[in-house]
Amino acid sequence: MMSLRKRLFVILVAATSLIWLCAVVWIYIGSRSELEHVLDTRLQEAARMVHSLVGRDNMAASAAIVPAPATTPEMASYERQLSCQIWSLDGRLMARSSGAPDAKLAENVDGFSDRVVDGELWRVYTIEDQEKGVRVMVGDRIGLRDRLVNDLIFGLMAPALLIVPLLGLLIWVSLGRGLRPLDVMADALRNRDADDMRPIDTGRTLPEVRLLTDALNGLFGKVEAARRHERETTAFAAHELRTPLAGLKTQAQIALTAKDAGVRENALSQILVSVDRTTRLVRQLLTLARLEAENRVANNTSSAAAELLTEIINAAAPLPANIGVEIDPALAKLMLTGERESWLLALRNLHENAIHHMPGGGVISWHATPDGKSVMVLDDGPGIPNDEIDQVTQRFYRGRHKSASGTGLGLTIVEIAAKRVGAKLLLENRTTQTGLQAALIFPYAVSRSP
Amino acid sequence: MRILVIEDDPVLSNGLQVGLGLSGATVDRVETCVDARAALATSGFDAVVLDIMLPDGSGLDVLREMRKAGDCTPVLLLTALDETPDRIRGLDSGADDYLGKPFDLDELAARVRAIARRNSGRAAPVMILGGLVVEPSSLSATLDGSVLTLSRREFAVLSTLMERPGTIRSKTEIEDRLYGWQEEIESNAVEVHIHNLRGKVGRETIETVRGLGYRMRMTP
Repeated sequence: MMSLRKRLFVILVAATSLIWLCAVVWIYIGSRSELEHVLDTRLQEAARMVHSLVGRDNMAASAAIVPAPATTPEMASYERQLSCQIWSLDGRLMARSSGAPDAKLAENVDGFSDRVVDGELWRVYTIEDQEKGVRVMVGDRIGLRDRLVNDLIFGLMAPALLIVPLLGLLIWVSLGRGLRPLDVMADALRNRDADDMRPIDTGRTLPEVRLLTDALNGLFGKVEAARRHERETTAFAAHELRTPLAGLKTQAQIALTAKDAGVRENALSQILVSVDRTTRLVRQLLTLARLEAENRVANNTSSAAAELLTEIINAAAPLPANIGVEIDPALAKLMLTGERESWLLALRNLHENAIHHMPGGGVISWHATPDGKSVMVLDDGPGIPNDEIDQVTQRFYRGRHKSASGTGLGLTIVEIAAKRVGAKLLLENRTTQTGLQAALIFPYAVSRSP
Repeated sequence: MRILVIEDDPVLSNGLQVGLGLSGATVDRVETCVDARAALATSGFDAVVLDIMLPDGSGLDVLREMRKAGDCTPVLLLTALDETPDRIRGLDSGADDYLGKPFDLDELAARVRAIARRNSGRAAPVMILGGLVVEPSSLSATLDGSVLTLSRREFAVLSTLMERPGTIRSKTEIEDRLYGWQEEIESNAVEVHIHNLRGKVGRETIETVRGLGYRMRMTP
């Protein structure tokens, strides 16, 4: 693409040249008609003058005028512009000025006429005098007239042709100076480190450039926020992984050094617990990373809530013996619209969350609300302290009632997955007993399958 | 040596209890700041192993409260946040040492012994009294060059007495060092251990101060 400077230069030079050209055409046309008028008047005057001088007495003398050799327009200077012929009414050339052609300059008409004589176009004024018996013709060559106009226009054009390149140079230099703030900004940006997201200083920039710098600063802000979020997540993930790793290492060292078989066995079983938990944590982290990386896709497939739940329960490890699951029959008719994978993620994590918070056993019950606008799960766990309920969806927030096997990511995943299908997660403590009530509320009307 | 472990991860917490126990310590564990405050208020510990990120707050707050209240119990911070600024903040909050996760169990035990030793006013890793040498790092003791065979509890009683020879240690103080919360204290257990120890290190070495407790005799 053409640089801004070149682009502006071409536009400005073209515009200037066009204006010059218009001016020249205008001057040419204007000068030409003015000149015609002036020269015509002169012809007329000259003809009248000659006519007044022509008398009966000096006609003889006039006849004595020796015809001069004709001159071509090229040779003719402005000095011998006019040619004069005096004809008798009977068609005899009585006299002519030097440089005038022998041929008759005009037809026998009074006033102005144009005529080609010897291959040249002439403008002629004729006065016919019956009393004196003469016809006075004064003419000049149109070619000469053209030259006059051309000389005039050339006189005007010559400085213009000289000035246009000068003007171009001036425009080029001025553009360079005018666009300097952009160069300064570009330099500042070019010399930046990749992770330098400080806003560009807008203190002394021009208003036009500020639009651009403001937009860039906005973008920098967004990129920086995204990167900070990424860094925090990575730091959190590293932190969350270090604790189970420390546990694993400690237990492994115990297993290696303990002489007592009971101690060794206990250490090994603790290692298994920790590996399971860490595996789950890594899986959740990967899920979260995938959810955050993917763009939301419009998807209008719908699946029955009950069918999704059955799939989740069948795919999961067998439930602990002390935990039961109830599924409201209405869920078979509740159609959940949106990406199936996201719904599965949200429901599965709610389900797992309920299991993890009921180490003492209980019932997980899934319901559809009567308005058909949400799917809800109730558990018999300890619930969430009221001051923590707004924070539990933050990543790695585990709170005071944390479960031994929780990762602190489950509800975060539910919230993000729900957002992808346009639903909202609402957490409340149950009012009739301890336990948590989690609802996924969707704003759209639910289509009920027949 | 009695240690309080404040750590919310159950596997790690169990590992610390068992692991430090293997190196001769009696370990009590709590998972939250609230429980930690209660434990520190009711029992005396030789050292505290403290995690920073606890479910109900920051371990650093617990540490600052301890120091503000004049509690000089040595504290080792054990945490996943082990960037230099985190370490500096931890040490400046009153911690005696700092160890990042994951760590080596033996190193942790050594560091805990070191901070506990410093707190009892000793710099030398071995405790010597006449011909008796007690080495907590290897749980070994020698008398005039010959190795003594001591049970874990006997070693703990001997170490407690040897920390400050000449200072009287009450029976409850010694019991505190021997038993964690979950352990049932047998009556006269301390008397039994002292009796057995006397048989191994010499009758005159451990002196009974009637009504007050026991102490090591400075010049046997």
